[in-house]
Amino acid sequence: MLLIHCPYCDETLPEAEFAYAGEAHIVRPDNPADVSDEEWRDFLFIRNNLKGPHYERWRHIHGCGRFFNAVRNTVTDRFLTTYRAGERRPDPESLPEDGQ
Amino acid sequence: MTVHVDLLTARQLAASSVATISLLAPGSRYSLRVGETDRDALSQALDLALPEKIGECSRRHNTEILCLGPDEWIVLSPESDAGTIAQACAAVYDAAPHSLTDISDREVTVLIEGPKAAELMTLGCPRDLEKLPNGQGRRTVFDGVSVILWRDGPQRFRLDVWRSFASHVISLLATGCGELALE
Repeated sequence: MLLIHCPYCDETLPEAEFAYAGEAHIVRPDNPADVSDEEWRDFLFIRNNLKGPHYERWRHIHGCGRFFNAVRNTVTDRFLTTYRAGERRPDPESLPEDGQ
Repeated sequence: MTVHVDLLTARQLAASSVATISLLAPGSRYSLRVGETDRDALSQALDLALPEKIGECSRRHNTEILCLGPDEWIVLSPESDAGTIAQACAAVYDAAPHSLTDISDREVTVLIEGPKAAELMTLGCPRDLEKLPNGQGRRTVFDGVSVILWRDGPQRFRLDVWRSFASHVISLLATGCGELALE
């Protein structure tokens, strides 16, 4: 089982308390009526599916209930960092090599 | 199959040499949501500080306030005090907007107490209970069910469970209570 650090509770807790919520930092167009069908399709469905450090959203659903962001290495399945929703995306250079 | 369990009568549900599991009498439960700027106003209205750190609890007489999230608290009290709490919060509503929702009927409380109560809790709770200090509580998961877990002492726990999941949680605890005693 993965151990995930919730930035709101400030505790490292079992994965069973959390729910995965897809890739992070995807910006919804201000006015969906203005964008083309292709742009709207990309916003809805097209994801990076990265190999390596992946910026993703999680929700502490059986806990504080908050959404937050995490960087997880999709190869080793280790969490590099977690940070509150709304904070800037951490610089990849600043992330630890392996694990928190 | 639906198993109907009487959830209104306080009584002992299961007991063994490991632990005793009992259902507590219904009480008043409020869910309180308020932003950071208006938190102090609510603390004054309730005459009891809203704890600021998730998991911390403040108590006065029979009222308990547990912080569940950055802007979320649960307020437990005897049924007789429910009106007082609602009135106190309503009085400050204009100055300090908040949401106070009566969820008394949503949950029931199960008390788990005994020499191996902590071990019994590991049956459904993936958390490291050694990191949960006495007198605090957390919202967590118990065998897939969202619960509020209170630690009143080293071997004394309370579980606030949604009423519709209660029969499942109670039967799991009762089974574990019997099985642990056989070891």
